[in-house]
Parts: sequence; C-alpha cells; structure tokens
Amino acid sequence: MKRVSLVVTLALAAGLSAQAASAQTLKTVKDRGMLSCGVSQGLPGFSSPDDKGNWTGLDVDVCRAIAAAVFNDATKIKFVPLSAKDRFTALQSGEIDVLSRNTTWTLSRDTSLGANFTGVTYYDGQGFMVKKALKVNSALELNSASVCVQQGTTTEQNLADYFKGNNMKYEVIAFGTNDEAVKAYESGRCDVFTTDVSGLYADRLKLANPADHVVLPEVISKEPLGPMVRHGDDQWFDIVKWTLFAMVTAEELGITQKNVDEMAKSDKPEMKRVFGTDGNLGEQLGLTKDWVARIVKAVGNYGEAFDRNVGAGSKLGIARGLNALWNKGGIQYAPPIR
Amino acid sequence: MAIEPRKPPSQLLPKLQRALGGRAGWSGFVLQLLFVAALAWISYEIVANARANLQAQRITAGFGFLANNAGFDVSQSLIPYAGSDPYTRVFLVGLLNTLLVSVIGIFFATLIGFIVALGRLSPNWLLSRISGGYVELIRNLPVLFQILFWYLAVLAALPNPRQSISIFDSFFLSNRGLVIPKPIGTAGFEPFVVAVLAAIVAAIALSRYARQQLFQSGRVIKVWPYALGLVIGLPLLSALIFGAPVSFEVPTLKGFNFAGGSRVIPEFVALTLALSTYTASFIAEIVRAGILSVHKGQMEAGSSLGLQRGSVLRLIVIPQAMRVILPPLTNQYLNLTKNSSLAVAIGYPDLVSVFAGTTLSQTGQAIEIIGITMGVYLLISLVTSAIMSFYGWRISRSMGG
Repeated sequence: MKRVSLVVTLALAAGLSAQAASAQTLKTVKDRGMLSCGVSQGLPGFSSPDDKGNWTGLDVDVCRAIAAAVFNDATKIKFVPLSAKDRFTALQSGEIDVLSRNTTWTLSRDTSLGANFTGVTYYDGQGFMVKKALKVNSALELNSASVCVQQGTTTEQNLADYFKGNNMKYEVIAFGTNDEAVKAYESGRCDVFTTDVSGLYADRLKLANPADHVVLPEVISKEPLGPMVRHGDDQWFDIVKWTLFAMVTAEELGITQKNVDEMAKSDKPEMKRVFGTDGNLGEQLGLTKDWVARIVKAVGNYGEAFDRNVGAGSKLGIARGLNALWNKGGIQYAPPIR
Repeated sequence: MAIEPRKPPSQLLPKLQRALGGRAGWSGFVLQLLFVAALAWISYEIVANARANLQAQRITAGFGFLANNAGFDVSQSLIPYAGSDPYTRVFLVGLLNTLLVSVIGIFFATLIGFIVALGRLSPNWLLSRISGGYVELIRNLPVLFQILFWYLAVLAALPNPRQSISIFDSFFLSNRGLVIPKPIGTAGFEPFVVAVLAAIVAAIALSRYARQQLFQSGRVIKVWPYALGLVIGLPLLSALIFGAPVSFEVPTLKGFNFAGGSRVIPEFVALTLALSTYTASFIAEIVRAGILSVHKGQMEAGSSLGLQRGSVLRLIVIPQAMRVILPPLTNQYLNLTKNSSLAVAIGYPDLVSVFAGTTLSQTGQAIEIIGITMGVYLLISLVTSAIMSFYGWRISRSMGG
C-alpha cells in the first residue's frame, strides 16, 4: 500500500511538472478513448468487482454514465481501485479523471486538495457495528472499547470527536485499507467497526456470519458522498455534475432504461429539451444532443441505479430514506435541465 | 585439481573510467561542470514547474499545515498525545514508533542471527540442520506475508479480554495485547536509581582493577562475586532505608478492556517478531560467511593454545570476522528500519502510517509530506551507517589493521 502511495506521489511530482495545464480533461479522455475512474478497493453496492471481474455499484454507475455521455459506450472505462488514503493523490496527479469512491464532501477537502465535489450521489452518516454477543444497544455504551477504522477517512476524525464529546475512552486501530480493518474486527482485535452506515451493511455481508453482527442505531455524522474532479477545468466539472443531475432528472420525469426510446419521442417541451430534440443543451456541455438518452440507456435513472445496487433490488436492501427524490420525502434534487 | 593459469587482469575498469569522462585536463573538467549544471537546471525546473502547477490547481502548498490540529487518535504513543494536538506532534509520535520497532527489531535480529549462524556452523548435526532450515524457510518468504502471518496467527490464537490468560491476576494476555502491571515511582525511586548507578560504576572500576592486576602481576582476582554483591546489595540497602522504589498499578478488566497497567499492543508484537526473524535469517548468513572467511589456522592455533571452542570463537574468530560482517550487517539494519514501514498493513501506527498515510490524506499535501518522510528515513539510515562505520573503525584500530 505504501508502495502505491509512493508511486502515486512520484507520478504526482512528475505529472505536476510535465502537465502544462490541467484543463481540457474532456479532450484528454477522448484522445485516450477511455475514462479513468477512481473507485474503492471493493465495497459491495458502491464499487466492487463481481465474480467475472466486472465492476458494479452505485459509484461505478456514475462512472459508466459519464463514459456513456462522452463515448456512447459505458464500457470504455479503466477502473482504478484506491484506498482511502491514496485517493486524493491519484486525482491530483491526473492518474484518474474522476474520483467516484464513497468520498465525504467536506469544506477542507473541497478547498485545499485542489479538487471539487460535483454533487451528492448518496446521503450517508457514520455508524457502528458490534458483535451481537456483546449485548450493546447503544454507541454510548462503548466506553473503553477498541475500534477498527480505515485510515485517512472522515470516519477516523468523527470517531475522535464523538468519543471525546461523550467523555468516553477508546482505542483506535487504523488500517490502510477497509478490508484489513474489517478482517481485524472479525478476528476479535476490535470490539467495534465503524464506517458510513451504508458501508457497514455492505461490509457485514462479507463477514462469515452476518447475523452475528448488529449495526447500532446511532448515526454520529453527516456523510454526503459524491464524485470529485480536479480544480481548473470547469467544463469537465460541469459534465460530471450534470451527469448525476441527468440521472436524477430522469427519475423525476419517469424516464427509465426500458422506456427511454419511447419517451424520446414525447412532444412535451420539457422532454424535448432533455432529449435534445429541441435546443442544444448537450452541446453546451461539450457533449452530444442525446446525452441524457445515452446515460439512461447505459445505467438507467438514479432510482434504478439505487435499487439495483444498494436498494430493494440488491443484497444490501437499504431503504431510500434521505436519498429519495425531493418530492418523495428525500433530499435528492436536480436543478432543471433547460 | 588442475591448476589453471592466472588470467591477465581485466581492462574493463580503466576503460569504463575513461568512457565516463575520467579525462585529464580541461576537457574533463568542462564535461563535469556541464553535467553538474544540467543536473541543477533539471532540479530547478522540476521544483518551479511543480510549484506553478500546484498554484494553478489551487492545491494548498507549504508547511503551514503542520501547525493545524490533527483531529484523530493513535493506538500507541510513547509521548502524551491527544487528537487536539498539531500534526507536528503526530509526526513525532509516528517517528518514535518507527524508531522503537527498529531498535528493538535490530536488537533481536542480531541476537537471533548470531545464534542461528553459530548453530549452522556447529558440529552438532541436528542443530546445524535446524538452523539451515530456519534460514532457508524464513529468508525465502516475502516479509509482508510474514508480518500478516504473525499478526493473524497471533490474533487467532488469543482469547478476547474477558477470557484472557492471566498470570497471578496481574499479567493478562488477550487479543488486545499483553497487559502488565505498571511501575509507578514513589519516594524511594531516586535514591534507588542513584544506588544502582553507583553499584554499576563500582563494579566496572573493580573489573578494571582486576584486569590491570592480571596484566601487571599475573594475579587472577575473581571479580564477579564482589560485583554481584555490589549490584544487588546497594540498591537493596537503598530500598530498606528509603522504602520501595516503585509501586505497581495492577490492570483490571473494566467494560471492554483493561484499565490501568501498561500494554504491549499485538500490532507491535507481530511487527517486531516478523521483522526480527526475517532479518535474522539474512544476518545469520552474513555472520556465517564472516566466520568462514577467517582462516582455519586461526581456529587451530586457538585450540592448540588450549582454549575452548567458545573462547576461540569469542576471542579470536569473531573479532576478525567482524570486519567482514559489519558492512553487510549495516545493510540489514537499514533494511529492517525501512521494512518497518510495512506496519501500515496491520495497523501499527508508525511514521508512514500516521504521517504519510492519515496526515497526507487529511491535508492532501503529498509532496511536502512524502518529502519530509523520505528525508527522515534518509536521516535514520545515514545515522545508522555512521554509527556502524564508527564501530568498524574502532574494531580495525583495536586490531591494528
């Protein structure tokens, strides 16, 4: 892991000195014929390779949607698995074009890293998982516990805040990758494993006996997860931002992977703008007129992607909650495409 | 065996030197000057370009971040540390943890290495085969794999804290590590330390005196009973007069974990164990080579003087072998220190883990942090080599060669 970060850093130094300007990501991607997308090292539901080596997950679908919008081919992607502590360096160095890896949007990350968040793909919060045998019902009973965590995450900092704020002692053991932290938790090195709640449900599936473990009710932080792009290329920032908005808008308008061709024939002015039969909104982004149709054909709308990967249609079975559309009790909201 | 005619000495080296610009006079000087200038220009370009691009991307640069609060906790720290301390403190915590594991690892690696080397050279068939097997097994497996093996093997074998193995109800071994009573200094502590120091100084003086007597008059004085009496007696006397030097804080199980006492975390044990056994397998071969490089006649001469095998090794062979052993031994010490950065795989909070890992990720200042970290490892390595060179210089001086 250390080697990776060193290589990435050297690449960063070399990249920073070679790159004349960081702009023109779209052109770089097109010339390369491939989108380079930073994902996790395996978090079921968000980004993990299946038994055939195909990457699947909500974060992966965001990458596929971007590739579909640019190339009209959702397979033209190179996935780069990154640990939490290596992810920003990989983005800064230009090794990846977009980071779509359950990353929490915070002010310091938005400003000092030389990168921007483009939106929120999943509204999450941090929680705790313990063994049922411990008979713990609340995170407030965790005084003096040992906690396993992945290093380089907001989770690590929230943990320190939470235990200090509640006057509780604890021991933290921070691992380079999520899998190592989960393994150490399972082996009994820690009483508690902590990460974002969605991650807890996903990681629980990896344990030998998922039923022996319980996620505590407390959610101790706000963790809005979203994609990131480098500073200094507003066009690319817009493309990534509006790809997600297109998925949310498609859900709002009832455009699905199945009915997309039919809907494209609609006479409604709103539909005409979205499908590019009226105006040239897609071209203003630097894409084609049919960009929304391309995205929905490739990955479906936001609701479909959610259900397939983390929601009712998946093993995780997470309720929409905050991630429902704004008009259905959630806070997922896209500005109008016009 | 046929005796082969001696080959003429190779002309390669002088040729190479000439090709690389070892020319006499002005042309050589100008070439070297140009080379240095080109190097300087390239370095300048790299720095200037990196700075310009960092600014263009608005990535924060500089070392101001070191004063910011870290906001995360660390499982093992030799100095007091809290999440509200600045990154400089985190750096120090990580550095000390790296040094701790390196120094202890080097100590055990050297010890095991020498024992295995002597074992392999031993006339005892079983002992030499076991030592040989150890070397071949351990040095041929990747060290990261061995660290993970020890960590997961140690963890899997140990019970949870509530069922920990306890000795006298004061030592507890569990998958949280080894918890031992913590000595706390009391009123009698300072006189006790003074007594111990005085006893050691007196014992050293005594043995010097005995040595002098041996060389001057050939009188053999048995020193060790007096020395032992001093080292045990003086501190005991101090304890009787001033009271016990320490009291022990016995750990007790509270909630999930032990409260009180000192704790050795399993990450530290696994890392030290893996690094010292791994490096020891290389050191064993270096020591064996060193000993074999000493001419057989030396050993025979020692034996014919009536010395025991152990004394021959200690007094005659090893001092001569040290000259051969020392340079590659230094390499192994450096390797061990550098390999300790694999700690991140098992969550041991060394410099790379807490500083080049968490701190880097939180601040995003990769160039500065990796630069500092590389500088620190370089410094540690240079200091280690300097110490070893000094030791080598002393050996060669004492041997008059």
